[in-house]
Amino acid sequence: MFAFLANPARFMAFSAWAAPVLFVGALVLFATGIPWALFYSPADYQMGDTVRIMYVHVPAAWWSMGAYAFMTGASFISLVWRHVLADVAARAAAPIGAAFAAVCLITGSLWGAPTWGTWWEWDGRMTSMLVLFITYLGYIALWSSIEDEEKAARLAAILCLVGAVNLPIVKFSVDWWSTLHQPASILRSGGSAISGEMLGPLLTMGGAYVLLFGALTLMNMRAAIFRRRVEAAELRKAQS
Amino acid sequence: MSAFAATFRRELQLMWSGGGALAPIGYFLGATMLVPLAMGPDRALLEAAGPPLVWIAAALSILATLERLFQADLEDGSLDQMLLSPAPLELITFAKGAALWVAIGLPLTLAGAPAAIALQAPVDRLPFIMTSLALGTAAFVGVGLVGAALTASVKRGGVLLALIVLPLFAPPIIFGAAVASGEDVTAALSILAGCALGAAALGPIAAAAALRLQAE
Amino acid sequence: MSARGPFQDKPQNKLGLRVEALTLSRGGRVLFDNLSFAAAPGAYVEVQGANGSGKTSLLRALAGFLRPQSGEIVFEGVDEPALAFHYIGHANGLKREATAREHLLYWAGLFSGSPSEDFVAQTLDLHRVLNTPVRALSQGQARRLALARLIVAPRSIWLLDEPAAALDDAGKAVLNELIASHRASGGIVVAAVHEPVGPTPTQTLRVPR
Repeated sequence: MFAFLANPARFMAFSAWAAPVLFVGALVLFATGIPWALFYSPADYQMGDTVRIMYVHVPAAWWSMGAYAFMTGASFISLVWRHVLADVAARAAAPIGAAFAAVCLITGSLWGAPTWGTWWEWDGRMTSMLVLFITYLGYIALWSSIEDEEKAARLAAILCLVGAVNLPIVKFSVDWWSTLHQPASILRSGGSAISGEMLGPLLTMGGAYVLLFGALTLMNMRAAIFRRRVEAAELRKAQS
Repeated sequence: MSAFAATFRRELQLMWSGGGALAPIGYFLGATMLVPLAMGPDRALLEAAGPPLVWIAAALSILATLERLFQADLEDGSLDQMLLSPAPLELITFAKGAALWVAIGLPLTLAGAPAAIALQAPVDRLPFIMTSLALGTAAFVGVGLVGAALTASVKRGGVLLALIVLPLFAPPIIFGAAVASGEDVTAALSILAGCALGAAALGPIAAAAALRLQAE
Repeated sequence: MSARGPFQDKPQNKLGLRVEALTLSRGGRVLFDNLSFAAAPGAYVEVQGANGSGKTSLLRALAGFLRPQSGEIVFEGVDEPALAFHYIGHANGLKREATAREHLLYWAGLFSGSPSEDFVAQTLDLHRVLNTPVRALSQGQARRLALARLIVAPRSIWLLDEPAAALDDAGKAVLNELIASHRASGGIVVAAVHEPVGPTPTQTLRVPR
């Protein structure tokens, strides 16, 4: 599949219908998942209705990490095979992953207010997500501050791989740190404690997010490729 | 003289003639001085907050030395010469990092003692604070090489460099400040040493890859 | 075209530089395409062209800094690619704070050569300023110090970008002598110039815009 799409012309033809299809799929899943999560799933016996924030929060966390993993793969391909589509893909995914991380942080803060009685708790997962968000910002900033597109792409790819090594270490460090500083007085719902009735809407929302991610990434990639074509045409005009 | 020794020696000389550790140490001490001014001189408060703040100041001091590390080499043509050396660029980059650590990291480690005392750290904790600073600055330099190499061609890239490097500083800060504060010292110290080793080994490799691109 | 890659031509020990169908582009702009030439021992190849025409890019591609879009660069009779060439660019590669002597020592280590300070100083007329930091050198002295790399470590192929820039007449004469003796000992010189330096080139390449 990858080899097939590596050809830019084929990619454009494929993405021309794949992006809208994914987008419609995302809309359908959101239309199912949101009412399911907000009205037809049970309230938490401890947290009450605030648990419904989870359906926005947790998939955002999943796919902000998923987006980074996707970028890591694309960056690796970019560095090893110097393929221009991999550069475009990594760059296109970054703002979407960053937006998911921001959604995760904001909803986490909103969730924290009624649950923990504070807008921000230095909880392990939230702290790791904050580091991921900052990593995204650095990646995007590096891309946009280097003029030469090809050079920017390779440098950003190196940064992405460095981040991919760093983030698991940060996760481990922060977990170690939060057990050091916080006695287990704060309990969070989620993880294995989740009930079956909540799993359905959560997975639906997770599916909606990933389809949205796919659709937006493809659209972003198409926009970047179009922009490159325009620039190349302008350059030819200027040279002739 | 090997390429490693020649680079190490030259970088030390250059850093020395550029004022050496004077400015970073002054910055470090100045930053720690601001802490009691902001928090008040309350002894108990400083005792708890002091060691971590020494760590923050050390991280910022290292950060401040990174911006020109490779940028100057790129601009004046020295980077081309490093690329032409029969020694691998990774080794030369490592030598530059080692020189930076000796020129700045070690003096910062020493300056950590008076700074920690001024912030009311108990004297018997000084060995831990200094050991952690020695290892931590090595880790900072290792990951700092990557940030400096990635931003070498960016004019006024200091803020970008900080943005890139700060998430990489998170693990050494966590374990270093834990050692300095005397929390779970044995575990934290060994992980901190791991961070330093990992950064010293992988940092030059990633930095060299970035520098090759910068020379294009 | 030979199926062998660069640096694999050990059996025939004759030095040679071969460029085949080289195409180079920067930022989407093609600098030149399909450039081919070959240089034998003693060759002096002059690359001519206007500023911004790609002379520097060609030299940087030969030095391995730039990745060509297509084409091949082959060094023949070179055992160790890292010991094949010198590159003297626009930027002198000097540090303002360091003295001339410190530079010679550093390069000796970096290029595994020997500083041979006296010889270098004599040849390039730098003995009076050996202990002077670069910031106090004149432009011409700084350029001569950069050229000292050619002597500190022997390399068979010299890639020189505007080598005579900032040199006075005496400096140019020294440069021409260096080039002549290098060629006499079987070396190859590729120089990018905007006006001829002195020696008659064995081959002239015009880099088109």
